[in-house]
Amino acid sequence: MVQKEMIAMLLAGGQGSRLGVLTAKVAKPAVAFGGKYSIIDFPLSNCINSGIDTVGVLTQYQPLRLNSHIGIGIPWDLDRNSGGVTVLPPYEKSDNSEWYTGTANAIYQNITYIENYNPEYVLILSGDHIYKMDYEVMLDFHKEKHADVTIAAMPVPLEEASRFGIVIADKDRKIQEFEEKPEHPRSNLASMGIYIFNWSVLKEALCAMKDQSGCDFGKHIIPYCHDKGQNLYAYEYNGYWKDVGTLGSYWEANMELIDLIPVFNLYEEYWKIYTKSDIIAPQYLSSDSVVERSIIGEGSEIYGQVYNSVIGSGVVIGNGTVVRDSIIMKNTKIEDHVTINKSIIARNCQIGSSVTLGTGEEAPNRLNAEIYSFGLVTIGEDSVIPEGVSVGKNTAIAGVTETADYPDGCLKSGEVIIKAGDSL
Amino acid sequence: MKAIGIILAGGNNSRMQELSNKRAIAAMPVGGSYRCIDFALSNMSNSHIQTVAVLTQYNARSLNEHLSSSKWWDFGRKHGGLFVFNPTVTADNSWWYRGTADAMYQNISFLKRCHEPYVIISSGDCVYKIDFNRVLDYHIEKKADITVVCKDMAPEADLSRFGVIRMNEDARVIEFEEKPMVSQSNTISTGIYIMRRRQLIEMLERSAAEDRWDFVTDILIRYKNMKRIYGYKFSDYWNNIATVDSYYQTNMDFLKPDVRKYFFRDEPRIYSKVDDLPPAKYNTGSDVRNSLIASGCIINSKVENSVLFKKVFVGKNCVIKNSVILNDVYIGDNTHIENCIVESRDTLKANTYYCGDKAIKIVFENNERYVL
Repeated sequence: MVQKEMIAMLLAGGQGSRLGVLTAKVAKPAVAFGGKYSIIDFPLSNCINSGIDTVGVLTQYQPLRLNSHIGIGIPWDLDRNSGGVTVLPPYEKSDNSEWYTGTANAIYQNITYIENYNPEYVLILSGDHIYKMDYEVMLDFHKEKHADVTIAAMPVPLEEASRFGIVIADKDRKIQEFEEKPEHPRSNLASMGIYIFNWSVLKEALCAMKDQSGCDFGKHIIPYCHDKGQNLYAYEYNGYWKDVGTLGSYWEANMELIDLIPVFNLYEEYWKIYTKSDIIAPQYLSSDSVVERSIIGEGSEIYGQVYNSVIGSGVVIGNGTVVRDSIIMKNTKIEDHVTINKSIIARNCQIGSSVTLGTGEEAPNRLNAEIYSFGLVTIGEDSVIPEGVSVGKNTAIAGVTETADYPDGCLKSGEVIIKAGDSL
Repeated sequence: MKAIGIILAGGNNSRMQELSNKRAIAAMPVGGSYRCIDFALSNMSNSHIQTVAVLTQYNARSLNEHLSSSKWWDFGRKHGGLFVFNPTVTADNSWWYRGTADAMYQNISFLKRCHEPYVIISSGDCVYKIDFNRVLDYHIEKKADITVVCKDMAPEADLSRFGVIRMNEDARVIEFEEKPMVSQSNTISTGIYIMRRRQLIEMLERSAAEDRWDFVTDILIRYKNMKRIYGYKFSDYWNNIATVDSYYQTNMDFLKPDVRKYFFRDEPRIYSKVDDLPPAKYNTGSDVRNSLIASGCIINSKVENSVLFKKVFVGKNCVIKNSVILNDVYIGDNTHIENCIVESRDTLKANTYYCGDKAIKIVFENNERYVL
């Protein structure tokens, strides 16, 4: 029988609703990052770089883009005769058919997949973090400690600790207690949502908790293992790790890539990040272009000015257009004489000529001030913005918009235009 | 598609000067992100040819590395696939490929084993995009024995390195001169041929029996009056890169909007091996004008009218002008490069000056890479 020492289960089914219109049509792991990558490329590349050649990717919310991105795993060398990458959507069963109701429930529904590989250990990952991590080192730690469960945790500033699940460990890193988003944290070690389980322990826990509704690793499985007296250890990780769960942190993490020597360096030889690239042509910068402190993906054509920005592949930026502090994703076309400040523009958008984005004073967003803040303009996939309009801060636009949608040619700060289904 | 493809990629050419010291011409980087052979391979793949043989000989290591997987051009199939034939010693042969016809003759068992009725032969050192189905339709319509894809060159072009063709009003080839000093016509052969597979096998065997090894002189020119050889006029972009000047010019052509659109944006696409490099990065001080920049580059200074291939690092206060910088070159601070082709994997020290005056200068230094 085939045996894999460790296989990875990558949770990629969540919507990531705090990314607003960016995840209206795709799951969060499929959102672009860093010019040419998708968020899921980071955990997938970490897997293959760590020597893990069997990865189950659990999908649920808007999986089309993820499915076509992953394919049979060629970009990550995960097209294998034995193992490789397998996309695992929810499926109908003879007795009860249900969606994945929680992170642990999704794994429970795929026990058969895991059993096929008869693994010693199972690595649980989530598809929405930006980091480089050698899971093999974490596994060595797990073995050395004779742990049943190892949780990767990183030190965070104490004042921010109340936003995370906090683990309290002794000198030997053995976990004594957990606190979920504590008001007065007693430790600064935050769980990163990365776990290594002995498969026998995990399987027992999943089966015991199978009737728990919305069964979740952090809320149910880890406490269950702890209560049963299993050995839980915290593996301290001190590298770069970023949860790009909000528009603000997503924008910030992208902007960090353009520093002279970024903390998170994509240019290192020894830990490459792989992605599916269907555009391979070089990029063209015209005689009138100015590009400073930016990164630009393959096949883009720049005729205007770009400062402090992250530009994806196949993007066209027209003559006289000025882009500052912005993220522009794949195949978006920006016409001439457009001014773009602090905006996130998703794939395949068209921005008409003489448009101004990100102008005026900030105002809280009237739809959801939690999501659309940070002074950003956020534009969803396949959107069209007609020529000549101006758009304020903390705004969101999705769909094919027309001049009539902009009273006095203007979308004031804090306003939203969402035209659902227009692109169908 | 009822044809197999053969790509002749074995040749050397002294007119490439030092550029061919490292690699076969077909493996020369072209257009920022490609290798020359990608064009022939992608054309065959896009024309739905399933079986392609690449015949290599001279300095093939770099080419073999590029072809180590056939999946980039969609040739990783159960039926057909990509075959690379280097010269090999067998029980009854210990020669290198003595010419283009010999290269095919030595692999005649491959030709005999295929079942497709036609063969498309292309050279690996040309940059072009063509639908071979249209050439094949033309070949069948003309009831030709051999169809030569040909192109009208500009009147001032130097044709002394090409095969020059004259055709009658029916497009039948009536004259074929190989590399003439003075030519009667400005129509040249692009080195792309279509013929029936059986016909090719017969001609190769007969030539071999007579110790004749060159496809052009010993087959095309020799059979010209006996067989129906037709010319198919091709009017889109086509360039042979086998001299330093034409190599430089072909790369510079990609700075033109129509050429860029034709090769980079219009379908079908040209495929190449994927290198997994990060996006290009422009730091403070970068000032890039009218240039192509491939992925993995890091730019800190002035670049003008140039083509930078993958993973080029440009230090501070440099000036790069009218130049082609091949893959993985490190350029130290305060360096001036003008009218040059910089050889791949090179390291140029800081404060150096390179300038081609009358002709394009080829720069190759073999310095140790700086520790970054």
